[in-house]
Amino acid sequence: MSSAAASTPSETLPASAGFETRRRDRASMVGTAITGGATLLLLLLLGVILGNILVSGLPGLSIRFIISGADKDMFDVNKAGVLPMIVGTSLRVILMTLFVIPVGVITAIYLTEYANPVSLTTRIIRTAVNNLAGVPSIVFGLFGLGFFINFAGGTLDDLFRPRGAEPLWAKPGILWASLTLAVMTLPLVIVATEESLKAIPVGLREASLALGATKLETVRKIVLPQALPGILTGGILAVGRAGGEVAPILFTGAAYYMAQYPRALTDQFMDLGYHTFILSTQSPNIDQTRPILYATVLVLLLLTFTLNVVAILLRARIRRRARASH
Amino acid sequence: MSPSTEAVQESWSAIERGRRRRPVEYVVERGIFLVSLSAILMVFLIFLFVGREGLPVLLGRQTSAALAEVIPVADMDKTPPAKLQRYLGLTGTQFQEMDRETKLELMTLKAEGAQTLGKEKDARLNTLEWRYLLFPYQWTGYDRPEAIWQPVSTIHKYNILPLLIGTLKATLVALLFSVPVSLAAAIYVSQLAHPSHKEWMKPAIEMLSGIPSVVLGFFALLVMASFLQPLFGYESRLNAFVAGLALGIAIIPVVFSISEDALTSVPPAYKQAALALGSTPWQAAWKVILPAAVPGVCAAVVLGFGRAIGETMIVLMASGNASIVSASLFDSTRTITATIAAELAETVFGEHHYRMLFLLGALLFAATFLSNLLATRIMTGLKARMEGRA
Amino acid sequence: MSATLMDPTPVKSPAVMTPPPAGPTEPATAARELIRARDLSLYYGPSRALKSINLGIQERLVTAFIGPSGCGKSTFLRCFNRMNDLIDHVRIEGRIEIGGHDIHAKNVDVIELRKRVGMVFQKSNPFPKSIYENIAYGLRLHGMRERSRIDEVVEQSLRGAALWDEVKDRLHGSALGLSGGQQQRLCIARAIAIRPQILLMDEPASALDPIATARVEELILELKKDYTIVIVTHNMQQAARISDHTAFFYLGELIEYDATVKIFTNPSRKQTEDYVTGRFG
Repeated sequence: MSSAAASTPSETLPASAGFETRRRDRASMVGTAITGGATLLLLLLLGVILGNILVSGLPGLSIRFIISGADKDMFDVNKAGVLPMIVGTSLRVILMTLFVIPVGVITAIYLTEYANPVSLTTRIIRTAVNNLAGVPSIVFGLFGLGFFINFAGGTLDDLFRPRGAEPLWAKPGILWASLTLAVMTLPLVIVATEESLKAIPVGLREASLALGATKLETVRKIVLPQALPGILTGGILAVGRAGGEVAPILFTGAAYYMAQYPRALTDQFMDLGYHTFILSTQSPNIDQTRPILYATVLVLLLLTFTLNVVAILLRARIRRRARASH
Repeated sequence: MSPSTEAVQESWSAIERGRRRRPVEYVVERGIFLVSLSAILMVFLIFLFVGREGLPVLLGRQTSAALAEVIPVADMDKTPPAKLQRYLGLTGTQFQEMDRETKLELMTLKAEGAQTLGKEKDARLNTLEWRYLLFPYQWTGYDRPEAIWQPVSTIHKYNILPLLIGTLKATLVALLFSVPVSLAAAIYVSQLAHPSHKEWMKPAIEMLSGIPSVVLGFFALLVMASFLQPLFGYESRLNAFVAGLALGIAIIPVVFSISEDALTSVPPAYKQAALALGSTPWQAAWKVILPAAVPGVCAAVVLGFGRAIGETMIVLMASGNASIVSASLFDSTRTITATIAAELAETVFGEHHYRMLFLLGALLFAATFLSNLLATRIMTGLKARMEGRA
Repeated sequence: MSATLMDPTPVKSPAVMTPPPAGPTEPATAARELIRARDLSLYYGPSRALKSINLGIQERLVTAFIGPSGCGKSTFLRCFNRMNDLIDHVRIEGRIEIGGHDIHAKNVDVIELRKRVGMVFQKSNPFPKSIYENIAYGLRLHGMRERSRIDEVVEQSLRGAALWDEVKDRLHGSALGLSGGQQQRLCIARAIAIRPQILLMDEPASALDPIATARVEELILELKKDYTIVIVTHNMQQAARISDHTAFFYLGELIEYDATVKIFTNPSRKQTEDYVTGRFG
């Protein structure tokens, strides 16, 4: 990386150096080669990971695998399936979306449409959003356990359950897992929505206000419909991110094994990501269970990675449009 | 006055009929404001609830001494119920539902246990004191002072040094691998690549962020570990090196994306000026653009660091999870995050092991909070400078 | 404030009590005055963008504001429908009266005000909806629900903006599919649909080609019958062609205000002459 320091500029250009021959600078060539090589390496890395999973996962992927439950034969290559995990992961993600989208979108609306950008409150909100985005996922897991299960759940049980009864709320469940994930993905939704709100020309808001619309009418009828692609991106991004997260749900709702599908908000659930973890670390014979492990990973990737790709492409489009409109 | 003027007058006095009250609007707008405070509330609650569970350890209010004061069986009726409950290690409902006989039995067992424990020298130590948490200690049966994290036996050893070292080792490998590669790629994509290639290269590399960490952990465990072991010839298949490399893949999108943004936001006039003076694109990128973007690159590294120390599943699956103090990157290692993930399920609510893990979580939260704050500070400074120039 | 309401010619400060000899004269016409600015000053934070402006605008005439860019003419225009309220750190001194009512008074409802003072912007800004919905938007805002009534007003407004024949077959097509000039006329139609009495136009033709500009100018002359129009323009020929009165602004001050013919043929101030003859600006 220190190659540039080695470049030795000649005192004067040699008379023979015509401009028709492109100047060949060795340091430049090495530098370009190194950085280009690094880029190639990263693209290769992505290709190798995805390729490996695709090639090794496809053979194990069958209709039977997708539509059958795990039963007791979690590690049996011929009987294991992932339907309960697909259902559990989908449910927790859908539930999370219900919580995070309204809160995230409303926060973004406040920040772009109402807040005074230099006021203290706005700055504190922004700092909070930034920091929330950087909190480690395992800390969200601890938070879910400490706040949602022990505190909120404990309070609910104290209020509505007879004394001495089995805890109903103060134990891991799909509701608490979804809420924990909603807190985790809140910054993603806020940032994506804000980005799309900012891309809407000021002229549209002015036109609406000049017609005698109130601010709220302007937001509801002009701004929000325009921001839908951004809100969608935020939602997809949140779903893609939360779909593959395991650490926050380890103690808040994921179950090693469940005989039934979750039927209530307080039920635990099986989860694709957690199941991947179990299959990779607790298999009695890793070589034998490899096909179902790879197939499970492939299903997980199909559900989360594709969503992430869609979100990244959508976001790139919104950014291009924003640049064009300003 | 002509009629038309009167009509106009009439119409204009309507604007003064008083500000129309729009109560629904007012309530909705207040509501929007209140909801927007939820991000602040959440950060505060995380701070409160993760910190609260760990606080008793920090304040020295918790004891882990296996052998505490023994309450004689005969004194059972004299002891206050709350104290008795704590002594027997029961929950409130358990305590209430248990009959007197069972309690007596428990107390007898406890007293007998204490007698056996009494032979063990370390049983009276409160291992949650600072000196046991932070410094090596010569435990009975060991021939020299050692830093040990071993919360499962009779004597709970809570020294966090092995975990700190494990975390730092994995993070160091991750940064050493990902920062140079990501930065080089960022320079190439933002400055040297053909614009039409840039269009797809940036999103393609960012797609790495779409791979869930449990999948990267799986990949490290099954593929990378088997591939790297014969290559480097080390002994333990899972170690800080393997985990660090996988961790590096996880933070590449962060470091790359932010560095690339920083490099792209350098005013194009700089580059044009350099090119006009006859430098090659590489020289312009290396000597003009990169120095101007240094703060952004620093922010990228700081954020990458924060992400790396907080990442859980990868290290849980690929680091080997042995809490040993060693300088070698090729030894099996255990990080803070992996410790929390692996052990929390076995703990009892409110007990010292449980609190200790929350304390570790609070430590992690504080570290990432500070690194985020630092990165934001650097980046807003950079943004202000760039906009001032442009 | 209430004292000045009673008094038709309020005395603000001792300095104004001496008759202002150099102050801008007012054009003498028989038309009734609708808008009156009294000692209006506007501050962006600490800097003063408008300096004690006094001026009256007459009903059903076209009044043009001219001056070099940054002279405050657009800022002044945006005072009439209080669009400056939306910008942080803007402070206003003095007053603006419309029909004798102080529009900055506490009891004024800014929504009601904007209903009566329409605005057309420099960059045409149709909503990304259909042509029909663009116009219906304002009508629905102000409580019109009946479909047939809305249809009627949409047609009237589009006819009023000389756009009906061009768009009547694609009313439900996107407004963004129109040409620049058509978009701007749609914005005018949208503004007049809610029957304002005053129409503010902020360089409405600056982004248009000459043919589209001519159509918009024709339209302005047409609208003059029903509306009081205030137009900001950087194009002096345009001001000369369409306006009855012209006010020349320079560095936040009103330099001269008179009948358009007078301003362009025989200005009384040197600065005005320099500007209209193209010596600066």
